[in-house]
Amino acid sequence: MAVPLLEVRHLIKRFGGLTAVDDVDLQVFPGEVVGLLGDNGAGKSTLIKMVSGVYQPDGGQILFEGKEVRLASPASALELGIETLYQDLALAENLDVFSNIFMGREKTRPFLGLIPVLDHQTMHDESKKVLDRLDIQIPSLRKLIKTLSGGQRQAVAIGRSIYWNAKLLIMDEPTAALGVQEQKKVLDLVRMLRSQGIPVIIISHQMYDVFAVTDRLVVMRRGKKVAERITKQTDTDEVVGLITGAEEVTKTVES
Amino acid sequence: MTEATLPMGREAGRAAGWAGRNWAVLFLALEFAAFTAFGTHFVSLENVQNVLVACTFVLLLGIGETFVIITGGIDLSVGFLMGFGTVTCAKAIVLLRTAGVPLLAAILLGALISLAVGLFPGLVNGLLVARLKVPPFLATFGMYGITYGAAEIICNNTQITAPEGTGYAGNEYLFYWVPGKVLSFVRPEGLSEADLRGMVTLVPIIAVITFLVAALFAFVLTRTRFGRHTYAIGGNMDAATRAGINVPRHLTYVYVISSAFAALAGVLFVLRYVTGTSDAGSSLMLDAVVAVVIGGASLYGGKGTVKGTIIGALIIAVLETGMVNLGIPTFNRYIAIGGILIFAVLIDQFFPDLVGRGK
Repeated sequence: MAVPLLEVRHLIKRFGGLTAVDDVDLQVFPGEVVGLLGDNGAGKSTLIKMVSGVYQPDGGQILFEGKEVRLASPASALELGIETLYQDLALAENLDVFSNIFMGREKTRPFLGLIPVLDHQTMHDESKKVLDRLDIQIPSLRKLIKTLSGGQRQAVAIGRSIYWNAKLLIMDEPTAALGVQEQKKVLDLVRMLRSQGIPVIIISHQMYDVFAVTDRLVVMRRGKKVAERITKQTDTDEVVGLITGAEEVTKTVES
Repeated sequence: MTEATLPMGREAGRAAGWAGRNWAVLFLALEFAAFTAFGTHFVSLENVQNVLVACTFVLLLGIGETFVIITGGIDLSVGFLMGFGTVTCAKAIVLLRTAGVPLLAAILLGALISLAVGLFPGLVNGLLVARLKVPPFLATFGMYGITYGAAEIICNNTQITAPEGTGYAGNEYLFYWVPGKVLSFVRPEGLSEADLRGMVTLVPIIAVITFLVAALFAFVLTRTRFGRHTYAIGGNMDAATRAGINVPRHLTYVYVISSAFAALAGVLFVLRYVTGTSDAGSSLMLDAVVAVVIGGASLYGGKGTVKGTIIGALIIAVLETGMVNLGIPTFNRYIAIGGILIFAVLIDQFFPDLVGRGK
């Protein structure tokens, strides 16, 4: 069996008296799309925030590429190649597309031989390459983000993480604010990532999305992982039952 | 966008779009035309020089303020920081002269001391805003009071007159012209009495310094990573943080830059008017913010350019000189400038995409 890219073991996070994440195990393999499901307050976001370095766990281990890692900050998660796309997308609306892809890591060239100035052309061309690779179509990379649609913004954010060599992509409600066409494009993009071997964890409330793109589903309830299913072997009714707690946990699927 | 929203033809739409984006330039041209039509000899060499000098101090404070406003902050302390700068500079020169330091060295050292001291208020502003999360409005408003009081203590509640000769450099010009005879970059020597009387001086040196510094910081803002990070922070601070930009450090630098510009304005003020006084820049805080906002910056952050601020500073300087030319009492300028500020803010409010993009 392959080594999981990400593995968490017995992860625990407490906030005062509340145990938000209670002894959770999770594995993500290369080229796999995992859906993380649960009602509000089930602990999905808390779990994800530990993996992306925002929260420090109170117990348990996080392994990445087979080695135990300590994610002290979002920066250390980024360094490993764990990219998280939040709902607010983390783009600067007042800047153009390629400036956003290179935000914080701008390419420069020497001006008059010594002063480093922004190399717009290189950043533009490199951005174009990565967006083409993902089959993302944006009319002009010199357009400001604020002129783009929600789906295009989502695509730019994904393009950015891929350019910077994301090994694992975590998407929090990636289609929540999008129109139907746009949702479809984002889901296509997730499939594209999978075909290129990049695993994705998707947190979503949209049953349709989850069944359309995931390979495996993990359901959480009140901080615990209550079920794990191969997507093809389950259906909406069962999953809704698992989320709400109506359906007793009778079987677990070993991965 | 304009083509799509306007029912008129493509060309007309483009023209309307251009006019909208460049309303400040048109306003400046109109203003200039109006004063030329109604004033007396408004377009004269002397008057244009007046405009340049008047624009100098507004522009210096305005450039620093541009950086701050792009990050979504505001620096209300610049006016009194400039006064503080004039006082420290004049006082330092006086003390150095009393200690027997030669005039030129005293002026240079005095200027350097004032510039160095002038970095500290900005550092404090920056640390308050960036590290302790004090709203910029309040942090710099506190510094407004502190620098005013500190300046009053240093100058002992009066004006400090710098030694004779301090004003030499500040009142110099670039390009001297004796019609039909000499055109010299610096002040020509060995001219006859008659030639000296007929000599025309062209560009005030403090305006030259100011526009050189403006060009340098326009370069920083548009062409360097520092400038790009300034826009990124103003556009989405969380995004900038997640993208690995050290936001607190960058914000601190920005407030130090603003403070340094105020100190530089103070030094140039002493070189020109040979006086240090705590209220040298008290009316300029309003002017600086107005210049930046006219120039297309948004108080919500993310927008603004040095080029725009230059236009804004020119609008204010032309207004001021024009009112003097027409004999309108100067207190009316505050009403006019306040009115322009509100107009510019309304434009940003209702047409946020019109002006001031970072390129």
